[in-house]
Amino acid sequence: MLSKRIIICLDVREGKTTKGIKFMGNVDIGDPVSMAKQYYEQGVDELVFYDITASHEKRDIMIDVVDKVAQNIFIPFSVGGGIRSLDDMYRALDAGAEKISVNSAAVLNPDIIAQGARQFGNQCIVLGMDAKQVEKSRKIPSGYEVVINGGRTPMGIDALAWALEAQDLGAGEICLNSIDADGTNEGYELRLTALISHSVGIPVIASGGAGKPEHLRDVFIEADADAALIASMVHYGWYTLKDIKTYLKAQGIPVRDVI
Amino acid sequence: MIAIIDYNAGNLRSVERALRHLGLECRITRDRSEILAAERVIFPGVGAAGRAMDTIIAYGIDTVIGEVVELKTPFLGICLGTQIILEKSEEDSAQCLGIIGGMARKFPRMGEKIPHMGWNTLKVRADHPVLRGLDPDAQFYFVHSYYPDPSEKGDVIAETFYGISFASVLGRGNVVATQFHPEKSGRPGLKILENFSRWNGKM
Repeated sequence: MLSKRIIICLDVREGKTTKGIKFMGNVDIGDPVSMAKQYYEQGVDELVFYDITASHEKRDIMIDVVDKVAQNIFIPFSVGGGIRSLDDMYRALDAGAEKISVNSAAVLNPDIIAQGARQFGNQCIVLGMDAKQVEKSRKIPSGYEVVINGGRTPMGIDALAWALEAQDLGAGEICLNSIDADGTNEGYELRLTALISHSVGIPVIASGGAGKPEHLRDVFIEADADAALIASMVHYGWYTLKDIKTYLKAQGIPVRDVI
Repeated sequence: MIAIIDYNAGNLRSVERALRHLGLECRITRDRSEILAAERVIFPGVGAAGRAMDTIIAYGIDTVIGEVVELKTPFLGICLGTQIILEKSEEDSAQCLGIIGGMARKFPRMGEKIPHMGWNTLKVRADHPVLRGLDPDAQFYFVHSYYPDPSEKGDVIAETFYGISFASVLGRGNVVATQFHPEKSGRPGLKILENFSRWNGKM
């Protein structure tokens, strides 16, 4: 039986791991390579490295991080943040990433999804989507709007319609981040996750809001997420991966044992 | 030396990294004599069957693989590499290598997400040196939309359940092939690569 995946997200700025609250005031918390190694040993199912480096010139540092990570961990990991072209994708994949996540660049230029899927295969292309709850309208019938720039820029696009379009363009997976829940540690946005997960035929990773193991249980059981992204709850040592997996297993949720 | 067959498939370097981590000598190559001289051969793959077969034929790798199998060199197929050693694939209606009878079929639409992506277990159906020493609960990383359906039951070494039961490890003589990615499957995956590096090609 396929296990529910637990994915740890590492925000990386100029080669250092950081954790931001509501995309504001990031504080450096560590070296991404040694953190990745630790989480790998502890049994994380997958990792995401999100590059939040502001300046384009310093992006090569990220490729170096990806290369070092790939020499040390033997599980899939993806890279997101600042991927704008096929060349950016190629560099991350060649350095050892299993998948690439496209977010703002895909909203501004949806064809990048199709190009990436054709060139590297659908399984390599993850659509990263930030969505925010809004009043339902003719333009936004689902009541969730696609936003970019960490939630600051509403795009006037319906989140559900965008998820379906990205799937048609060839995305192999969707990483769905709720801007409202992100950084709160009060639980995932279950309604949004269920809406997207039940509507598309590709796997959906729930993101934003995880603070305790119960939140993962909720998003797997009540919203049918295929995977759950976590950050603070493990970075700050509130829970270990073992705590989380033991709890989920006791709840009857299939998870991977670390053997 | 282990030859990793180079046909521009996406995960060549991941396989190389995993082998290097295990201290195993390997080379990514499409050179016929180098592949034929190798002690072992790995045939990886990511992407679509039709395009992969076009590249394989253009490079003449199809005949080289045939010769490797004849020479009884231990041969490991991975993911797409496992699907295209069958006779054909429903993906792009591709004619494949026919090393093992059968075909790659698309997962039926039964409410499961496609691709089958993530960690899943094996039900071992036949003892095989490459699978020895694994915990029965060990999980492996899969990502695929088509699955191997060999025509001979005897070629099925292990099965995995995802909506249906499918052959996730195939084996015949000196050929063994996994639908999952051992190079991305943590410790149990590395164990398989290590087992392969010691395997003499006999079942």
